[in-house]
Amino acid sequence: MTRGSEALLVLEDGTAFRGRAFGAFGETFGEVVFNTGMVGYQEVLTDPSYARQVVVMTAPQQGNYGTNDEDPESAAIQVAGFVVREASRRASNWRAQRTLHEELAASGVVGIEDIDTRRLTLRIRETGAMRCGVSTEDLDATSLVARVRERSGMEGADLAKDVSADVAYEARELVGAAVPHEDATYRVAAVDLGMKRTILRSFAAEGIEATVFPAGTPAAEIAAGGFQGVFLSNGPGDPGATRYGIETTRALLGTVPVFGICLGHQLLGHALGGATYKMKFGHRGANQPVKDLRSGRVEITSHNHGFAVEARAWDPEITPEIAASADEPSIVRTPTAGRVALSHWNLNDATLEGLRCLDVPAFSVQYHPEAAPGPHDSRYLFEEFRTLMRAGG
Amino acid sequence: MPRRTDIRKVMVIGSGPIVIGQACEFDYSGTQACRALKAEGYQVCLVNSNPATIMTDPAFADATYIEPLTPESVLAIVRRERPDVLLPTLGGQTGLNVAVALAESGELDRLGVELIGAKLDAIHAAEDRSRFKDAMVAAGLEVPRAGIATTVESAISVAEDIGYPLIVRPSFMLGGGGSGFADDREQLVELVRRSLADSPATEVLIEESVKGWKEFELEVMRDGADNAVIVCSIENVDPMGVHTGDSITVAPQQTLTDREYQAMRDDAITCIRAIGVETGGSNVQFAVDPGTGRRVVIEMNPRVSRSSALASKATGFPIAKIAALLAVGYRLDEIVNDITGETPAAFEPTLDYVVVKIPRFAFEKFPEADPTLTSTMKSVGEVMAIGRTFKESLGKALRSIEKTGFDLGSDGPAPIGAEDVIDAIREGTEHRLLLVERALLDGNTVDVVADASQIDPWFVDQIAEVVEGSEDLRGRRLTDLTADDIRRAKRIGLSDRRIASLTGAGVRAATERRLELGVRPVFKTVDTCGGEFAARTPYHYSTYEESDEVTPADRPRVVILGAGPNRIGQGIEFDYACVHAAFALEEAGFESVMVNSNPETVSTDYDTASRLYFEPLSEEDVLAVVESERPEGVICQFGGQTPLRLAHFLQERGVRVLGTPPSAIDLAEDRGKFAEILRELDIPAPPHGEARDIDEARRIAREIGFPVVVRPSYVLGGRAMEIVYDADDLEHFVRTAAEASPDHPVLVDRFLEGAIEVDVDAVSDGTDVFIGAVMEHIEEAGVHSGDSSCAIPPQTLSDEEMDTVENITKRLARRLGVVGLLNLQLAVKDETIWVLEANPRASRTVPFVSKVIGVSLARAATLVLTGRTIGDLISEGVLPDDPHHYRHLRFTSVKAAVLPFNRFRGADTILGPEMKSTGEVMGIDHDSGAALAKALIAGGTSLPVKGTVFVSVANRDKRAILLPAKRLADMGFRLLATRGTAGLLARAGIPVEPVHKVSEAEAVGPDPDGVPAPTIVDLLAGGDVDLVINTPFGRGARTDGYWIRTAAAIAGVPCITTIPGLLAAVRGIEAIGAPASEPRSIQEYHAEAAAVPIQGRLGLAGLTSTTAARTPSP
Repeated sequence: MTRGSEALLVLEDGTAFRGRAFGAFGETFGEVVFNTGMVGYQEVLTDPSYARQVVVMTAPQQGNYGTNDEDPESAAIQVAGFVVREASRRASNWRAQRTLHEELAASGVVGIEDIDTRRLTLRIRETGAMRCGVSTEDLDATSLVARVRERSGMEGADLAKDVSADVAYEARELVGAAVPHEDATYRVAAVDLGMKRTILRSFAAEGIEATVFPAGTPAAEIAAGGFQGVFLSNGPGDPGATRYGIETTRALLGTVPVFGICLGHQLLGHALGGATYKMKFGHRGANQPVKDLRSGRVEITSHNHGFAVEARAWDPEITPEIAASADEPSIVRTPTAGRVALSHWNLNDATLEGLRCLDVPAFSVQYHPEAAPGPHDSRYLFEEFRTLMRAGG
Repeated sequence: MPRRTDIRKVMVIGSGPIVIGQACEFDYSGTQACRALKAEGYQVCLVNSNPATIMTDPAFADATYIEPLTPESVLAIVRRERPDVLLPTLGGQTGLNVAVALAESGELDRLGVELIGAKLDAIHAAEDRSRFKDAMVAAGLEVPRAGIATTVESAISVAEDIGYPLIVRPSFMLGGGGSGFADDREQLVELVRRSLADSPATEVLIEESVKGWKEFELEVMRDGADNAVIVCSIENVDPMGVHTGDSITVAPQQTLTDREYQAMRDDAITCIRAIGVETGGSNVQFAVDPGTGRRVVIEMNPRVSRSSALASKATGFPIAKIAALLAVGYRLDEIVNDITGETPAAFEPTLDYVVVKIPRFAFEKFPEADPTLTSTMKSVGEVMAIGRTFKESLGKALRSIEKTGFDLGSDGPAPIGAEDVIDAIREGTEHRLLLVERALLDGNTVDVVADASQIDPWFVDQIAEVVEGSEDLRGRRLTDLTADDIRRAKRIGLSDRRIASLTGAGVRAATERRLELGVRPVFKTVDTCGGEFAARTPYHYSTYEESDEVTPADRPRVVILGAGPNRIGQGIEFDYACVHAAFALEEAGFESVMVNSNPETVSTDYDTASRLYFEPLSEEDVLAVVESERPEGVICQFGGQTPLRLAHFLQERGVRVLGTPPSAIDLAEDRGKFAEILRELDIPAPPHGEARDIDEARRIAREIGFPVVVRPSYVLGGRAMEIVYDADDLEHFVRTAAEASPDHPVLVDRFLEGAIEVDVDAVSDGTDVFIGAVMEHIEEAGVHSGDSSCAIPPQTLSDEEMDTVENITKRLARRLGVVGLLNLQLAVKDETIWVLEANPRASRTVPFVSKVIGVSLARAATLVLTGRTIGDLISEGVLPDDPHHYRHLRFTSVKAAVLPFNRFRGADTILGPEMKSTGEVMGIDHDSGAALAKALIAGGTSLPVKGTVFVSVANRDKRAILLPAKRLADMGFRLLATRGTAGLLARAGIPVEPVHKVSEAEAVGPDPDGVPAPTIVDLLAGGDVDLVINTPFGRGARTDGYWIRTAAAIAGVPCITTIPGLLAAVRGIEAIGAPASEPRSIQEYHAEAAAVPIQGRLGLAGLTSTTAARTPSP
């Protein structure tokens, strides 16, 4: 079997796409999702939040600039499978070290190319995220669909533990020492639920030294470290199923400044007595407009989430479309931590994108201020975390 | 922050005539802006001198001034209109420069007019190279090492600090005019001298050369609340050193990682903030060192640019419309994205396709000009293609170019200079990409080719994949190809023509085979969001994939075929007609379906037609659209020759061609058949013959008598057409003509020397004919109609002559079976009216006539195509019922051509039968002299009112020069003339000083002090001459006339090359001297025309039958 031999992708609804194999040969299963970013496939491949997902890139030509050792967001390729219209056979960039095909092959990740990715994307948009299978071995659609249907979906899946660090470590080992800010540095505990490295890089740039803890580390152990802040990272899976994360967050809330990104934001939502829901097909890309209602500014943001926090869990009267276009953030009362401002909203579909606790020092965003891949418009949030810690919470 | 309520009236400045570097993309942007502002309830006042634009149609503004874009002229309009704000960022560099001049003079402040979009200071910060550089450095961005010079001496010292190679650019020039590279001191001095002469600020920037680096552009939008988005990234395939307008470009960028791209994005936003463009679009250009990734900012345009038009079409994000809305106070998040209809404009479009732009050049028109691509833009148009991969888009773009052989790639005819192909790709040329293919085909590796061309290896490798894919087919039999073979070929962008060529089959056979095997393209949608949201706008492109997104419309549909890329001879005028066709079809209850490949146009705006297919206008692509849409019919007569050439093919495939049938088109195009019809109708035509060799040509010339016009058949825009005065020249020109069209005979016609040329545009329903206008040319016959100036109403034709012209038009229209538009060219000489040619299609003058008479001929023609009669249209008020409406106008309108000689240094500037102009302007006034003057001024001829005039005319013009020369002398001009002309003028009692020709200087020798005698070229270079009159005798390089004309072009001195042109200029100079008339909008002119009762031909004050265009006797 060689690169370019036949490969098959099927969805749980029975739709089949015939394409050609690249990367590793074999078979893979997962939830099929699409990402609309035009650059940044290496960051996508290595983002642990994509665990157990087969990612379709809507931009047709991937792999043009190859891959390198500087840009990964984690130590390994995390996606379950990679689907593209065309994977470049040549890597062209002064930093390129390998082709996309070589990278996936070396990591044992199955890729499929030469399929109508736009047709697949529209299918996902219409039907919602589905289970899917990609195979270079079983080219019989009926048989592959049957096996796809045997797999479990993303709802109820706790995956953070699978991708988290095994043991605690210092961020400086990975990204170097923090650059002091006005001669000060801050110490935070970063709970690794599938954390992207650029988050640690962003901390370091803001003068924040992070100690990374594995998912499931008890709150008491973190509290014992005497940190100035706690960070809850991004990660894969259903936030509702990540009970330990919610417990830890609830325990720490009010005792120390808390900042959450993505899964961390969803855990904060649960800890505040709220709820999350599975979106039809989620947000994955680098062009989502999010408005910070505190400043009125629109940020172009990087997204990767299939679940979101339900604002109406706190206040059934809230209409997201109205709240999103208001001049000021709506404020809700939570059962656990008093008032919370619904600070950030997605302007495309009025998804709640950010929370700011008013009575305890905590805030979170659904999207990725560390970007990688994506625009840098939201880096101010790391500065806000520092400011919150400087104020002592 | 909703829209501003303190604004009542907005003034928009257009970009004037189409010139190289500033084309119809500004019609697109201005039209969008005017529509958006009007929809918001603002009064819109527009100034633009270009009548061929959609934006100057009366419906797009409340007051439309077709007046010169000079500060004086625009100021008069500002005074009259008293707008609250002036929006200067949508009219290209021209509009911006006028606005800057008005703002700097303090007039805007005095009149209480606010500049919106970009403030004066921001414009200065972006345009002044040294301020720009300082601002970038202060903002922490890197720029190339550089220095400023205002003299040649300071330039040399700056250059020594930086080191060669260097680039030199004048400040405040559009399209990179006057800039170039210097590898050593000698080249530097020459460049700096030229640049200092060109720069309005007499200042040049000398910069570290980044030639060969990767080049990128980002399109940034910013709103008043400081939200900024990147609409599009564009990567140039050609490396730095080739002007971006001349480069093949790709969107989105393909070879930067996220880390590199986002850093560039940060820089672009930092740049727009640092410069202080408050609202609207800007374009920021970067160079990236391919070896290290070092990134420098090159420049930014604080306005909508050519790249913004491309970015709009490439993404579906309407930059100009949004820029206009931001300028009046909206924020990005308050504006809805039209494409999705639900999400806001505050986002960054994401593309799930690849866009390729290829420029179109016209070097064949300027054989003396250097065809090497440099930092000075030379292309005249461009095409864009959308496909799912670079390879597919590239193939589509190559066939959109509509130049022989481009759709064959490396299988086409070998371009010149292909002997050492690796050497040939070191420089940018029109053919470089084809040569890259050739080099790969020859067995060179991707690395070798990338290294020589400095084209990124990724692009070279993509082309290598195309080469490999085509080699898979070479030599195989078409009938042996499987569906998979053909699908693979189509997916790498191979045209049916290329598949045919590779398999030795005919192109029709290749198409048949493909369809037989069921390999058909599907249509996808441009939706700005990669499929994340449903798109509401039907903006489509074809690709060879699985799912088709086009659903049939309920209403009956009509397909309009557009004009393709702008080129000399086929430009914006044809887009104008296509856009009106789309509007008229909607009006008649049809779904209009536009097919076009030109990103600069209004026709390719997603809301012009009901549906837009951004596709090549080639047989296979048009057929695919037609098969998908199943229309009632196809309109081929509005897009110039491009769609006309497809008419037969479509009819053969069973597609209904609306209006004039293809057989009737043939009757008009075939010289033999057409001559027969003229004979049958007893209409005079110049005697002519067809020659297949030089002997035959000699025999025909003897029979019909010299001078003769020699031209190849089946070409456009007067290509290789010449007037030949004697048998010696005949041989040379017959050979040139035969080369231009090798398989067809050379046409030899009697040349009607000194005749007045006349154009007619008419609409025919097959029985009745509506005459739009009879236009009288100012230049005599022999100058291509596209380069000639003309006037409505005719200035010297009698009513009887106009009656005859109208009568001929009507009889011909009926006899040919014209349904739709007809253009006729005639000549009046010796009491006879001769028919030169008939074009059963939209002509270049349709927009001009429509603007003048206040009736859209294209709309009327479209309604006729849908079954209405001329009688219906007159009774409905679409057409006026006065058959002589155009003769009764109390104002005169003059159309004048704009020529690109300043772009092609070394090209001769004489006018002849081969069309060379890129655009046109219009002057309109109650005084015909003032109308002429306005047209000349609008066209960039800065007529002097005092100073020195140099005169040198051909023998045949010596009598005709006396009167105008006398008039110039009477007005106080100092006259210089070459010996022959000086003697003549002196004998007539006109004060004149003799001056040497270049060829005489050597014979005369130096004066007693050893100083060589100054020649006219020296005087021109020294700035001692304000106007040159030189009618040509003898053509080609190295004649005295050539040196004089090119020296004038370099010195920027107006050069008049025909006697009628001179007479017009003299009247213009007189008019400038007279008190200026109050400017009026065309809406006012039209109202006036409608209100005037018919009382015969009126008030062309100062014009008698012996003045103006007719050759006067002394």
